Amino acid sequence: MNSLSLLLTADFVIFALAAGIALALITGPLGSFVVWKKMSYFGDTLAHASLLGISLALVFEVNIQISILMVCLCAAFVLTGLNKSSSISADTILGIIAHSSLALGIVMLRFSSAPRIDLEAYLFGALLTVSGSDLIWIIGVSIIVAGTLFYFWEELLTTTVDLDLAKTDGISTEKFQLLLSLLIALTVAISIKIVGVLLITSLLIIPPAASRNFSSTPEMMALLSSIVGVMSVIVGVLSSFLFNTPVGPSIVVAATMLYCLALVTTKKLRRN
Amino acid sequence: MSEEALLTTKNIFKTFGEHQVLDDVSLSVKPRQIVTLIGPNGAGKTTLVRIALALISADKGSVIKKSNLRLGYMPQKLNIEPALPLTVRRFLQLGQKKLRKEINEIERKLLKMQIQHLYNQQIGNLSNGELQRVLLARALLRSPELLVLDEPAQGVDLNGQSELYNLISTVKDEQGCGVLMISHDLNLVMSTTDEVICLNKHVCCQGQPDAISNDPAYLRLFGAVEKNIAVYTHRHSHNQDSKGNILPDVTTRR
Repeated sequence: MNSLSLLLTADFVIFALAAGIALALITGPLGSFVVWKKMSYFGDTLAHASLLGISLALVFEVNIQISILMVCLCAAFVLTGLNKSSSISADTILGIIAHSSLALGIVMLRFSSAPRIDLEAYLFGALLTVSGSDLIWIIGVSIIVAGTLFYFWEELLTTTVDLDLAKTDGISTEKFQLLLSLLIALTVAISIKIVGVLLITSLLIIPPAASRNFSSTPEMMALLSSIVGVMSVIVGVLSSFLFNTPVGPSIVVAATMLYCLALVTTKKLRRN
Repeated sequence: MSEEALLTTKNIFKTFGEHQVLDDVSLSVKPRQIVTLIGPNGAGKTTLVRIALALISADKGSVIKKSNLRLGYMPQKLNIEPALPLTVRRFLQLGQKKLRKEINEIERKLLKMQIQHLYNQQIGNLSNGELQRVLLARALLRSPELLVLDEPAQGVDLNGQSELYNLISTVKDEQGCGVLMISHDLNLVMSTTDEVICLNKHVCCQGQPDAISNDPAYLRLFGAVEKNIAVYTHRHSHNQDSKGNILPDVTTRR
């Protein structure tokens, strides 16, 4: 127990927890939208595309976070535009963009003069290497995303509930759909360090899925999702120290266990 | 009726692929006027309404709206994602942030007698008739100048239908809004509507309900249906009796 309290005062642990909690707070409401609008594959595609951002940063020797952010935002723009005007289903286009950008990213890494990079850190996250400047970046973007969600909540929600009703209410639905895509892109861009490319979507969809049956309004589901997310981060980070497991996957495992607990509880409640 | 029209569509043409859906259709709705679109399935009624609401665009023709027209739209159905928890109360509040907060007395009364007991239910668990009333209530909450209703009585039993049409008529009288609605049954809307437009890709005939029901174009389109309806004509006349009585009926419930 002594070692645990020692751990909790170490800078890198505090940074890790703070970054993880900031992310979990926004993936609650944002992830709820992802679940309601069935956009989980969209999030996945952005995550794959962000690997291309990493490669570009290494090849052209620019700031890696700016590069990831730019690629994610571009991908979000392209995806939102393509969905409207194609005869091929959105699902297929998402698949093409996800995997071609992933492949292109890996191929491009060969042209980078940087020494061999630790790909695993980007694939599964490296929360314990979060630095002070990383933390400022993550918290800054989280505040922007949270503020935007809060300010446009009614418009975003009405657009999600029914497109036609939103339009007749005078909401420019296309603008808000793009806004939602961009917010997801921002969130994906800051989550690479925390859970990694392969696991980002899980942090967006598992907490809302766990919260669904305990919520009667959209706001309640968003709030519960944030709580489940924060709990997952805390349990994941601490257990990664206790059992010496990789931290990103530990967070996702914790979230999944909470989801299973929610499932069992709902079944019990229904039976009674 | 010299008032300025709330909404006018002029010479609308629309095709989906090879299929011509609307062929030179014009209509106009004025304040305190109920215009009903009737026509068989696939006649283009919903398409016309969606064009009028700017939800889809026409191939040719124009839609003229009174500037800053406040719309209340009641869609045919609502496809709410099951993963989205939504109570009736929250649904009715949806998007109210920037709209006028004051809800006038009439609306409040209407809401109370119709759906108050449903407030805390999930919208996905409502019966068809309950959902229709909630959708109508949401449209009314905007204090609309124009109410647009797509088959408002769909899935509602016969008594409920005339109750619903009477409610719409009351709202029109008390709020002075215009109403554009789609219905499949002229007999039910007969007493409440001011103008009927009989649509089958083009306007077959148009005018006051009693005139329309004897119009050869109407009879050609609906002759077969009329025969089926004849089976319950007697019941129907009862229904029309009760129609007149429904208003006091509703008031006593208050």
